[in-house]
Amino acid sequence: MNKDLYILGIETSCDETAASIVKNGHEIVSNVVASQIQSQKRFGGVVPEIASRHHVEQITLVLEEALREAGLTPADLDAVAVTEGPGLVGALLIGINAAKAFAFANSLPIIGVHHIAGHVYANQLMQPMEFPLLALIVSGGHTELVVMKEHGHFELIGETRDDAAGEAYDKVARVLGLPYPGGPHIDRLALESDRAVEFPRAWLEPDSYDFSFSGLKSAVINYRHNLEQRGETIDPHHVAAGFQESVVEVLTAKTLKAARQYKVKQVIAAGGVAANKGLRSSLEATFEKEGIPFYVPPISLCTDNAAMIAAAGSSMFEAGVRGNMEMNGRPGMPLTSWNS
Amino acid sequence: MIWLGIDTANTPLSVALVRDGALLVEYTSSMALNHSLRAMKAIEELFEKTDLTPQAIDAIAVSEGPGSYTGVRIGVTIAKTLAWTLGKPLVGISSLRVMAGNALYYAELICPLVDARRRHVYSALYESNGTGLQQVKEDGHYAIEILLESIKTIGRPVLFVGTDVKMYKEEIETALGELASFAPQPFQLPRASLLIHLAEQEEQEADLHAFVPEYRRVAEAEANWLAQQKKGTQP
Ligand SMILES: [Zn+2]
Repeated sequence: MNKDLYILGIETSCDETAASIVKNGHEIVSNVVASQIQSQKRFGGVVPEIASRHHVEQITLVLEEALREAGLTPADLDAVAVTEGPGLVGALLIGINAAKAFAFANSLPIIGVHHIAGHVYANQLMQPMEFPLLALIVSGGHTELVVMKEHGHFELIGETRDDAAGEAYDKVARVLGLPYPGGPHIDRLALESDRAVEFPRAWLEPDSYDFSFSGLKSAVINYRHNLEQRGETIDPHHVAAGFQESVVEVLTAKTLKAARQYKVKQVIAAGGVAANKGLRSSLEATFEKEGIPFYVPPISLCTDNAAMIAAAGSSMFEAGVRGNMEMNGRPGMPLTSWNS
Repeated sequence: MIWLGIDTANTPLSVALVRDGALLVEYTSSMALNHSLRAMKAIEELFEKTDLTPQAIDAIAVSEGPGSYTGVRIGVTIAKTLAWTLGKPLVGISSLRVMAGNALYYAELICPLVDARRRHVYSALYESNGTGLQQVKEDGHYAIEILLESIKTIGRPVLFVGTDVKMYKEEIETALGELASFAPQPFQLPRASLLIHLAEQEEQEADLHAFVPEYRRVAEAEANWLAQQKKGTQP
């Protein structure tokens, strides 16, 4: 009963090869990430075939380092948790097959974790979750609002109908001629800017918590086009600031509305875009005023990592969830509860 | 000495356990199965059937490609993870060599062949000495016409091996006439026990972590990027 719980997490759903060991569901004892960003930069985005090749090159190195950093052997572990989906299928199955082989060789149970559940549980590594809880997940592949009534319970109340927020950032960055990945550049330009171009806000239906960013992206493209027609050059600062204002305002307003409706005790942000300074300060200010505790994990736990997979895996382990040797990558895996 | 052999390089799946050269158990399927889902399950079943523990094995042999990019990666990932965590040696063998191994008793040239789409194949030429295989033409990604042309130039009888050979059978016969012959069906599937037989004659991988598939082809995005770089430097 009092024995410590050690879960090895493995994450390869996109372009990070990551392994981590988490103790008792909240304490990081090692956290290793091999990023492919230098390689993928050449192509201006993540190329799935290249991502899969890099995962094979890195996987055992990352696993070895995670054990070494923790000062543990496989015999000290209780289970292996691995991202089962969603993500790039060819990338997912490297982590999954390594996890299955490792679990089999060391007689450990294996647990398949939903990537978004992982992002949400990154917060568990910082402070205990309090329920009901509202999570805003914003990344290159996701823009979701999730309500949790207890551990392992997820209710998806809103999601993007087209581009993910991070995807919109990358696309607009390309329009502005900024290098990949564009998010941090837009964030920086926006913060430096003294003026913002007025772009539309996509509120959708009044009662909807869904998002849409493709119209905003088109508005930015049209704006550049119109200026070019008139022979004027655009100021990337002003465009970045206007784009970011639009994204941040919609994300903040919908998150606040959901927090009130579901009477949540805690609001958390997760995913790569949660590291965005503009978004972070808007959410912080809003929820401070509202009197609801708001948390964002540090950048290293916002972007893809395996500690978050181990954290979610720990909760799943305690709930009795187990996978088997027939686990496979599930690129379109839905976020479902594991507590019932 | 107990070996585990794994071949997931192409559509067929084959896994086996061999003790001191003798087959304990082998599972081979030619059905289009999902290797990501099936391969570790099939390996688990080998151990269940033999009552062996993973720690009981002494070495691992894996088919390292070329072939299906995804298929090759699954086999290599499983093999290198097992070898690393169990602390056992790993031997990677060309998937084409494994197929050619089916014709160890053929006295002339052996041509394993895998379709790579767009009228290209992964292929090679081997010659057997009865127990092992000598490489005559290196493993590569060849346009079918160019491959057949180069075989014709050699002018020796050739046995074609592989489940994809049937796709090019008429073309091979037209190009090579009587020089070409074709392995019977049962000799076209890769067999993990044969993979182990070939691996026993090879050195183990010196750096387990650095062990990666032999794709024999750069990824399309990388090829395009390299072409662009070349243009950039030679305006
Ligand atoms: Zn993510």
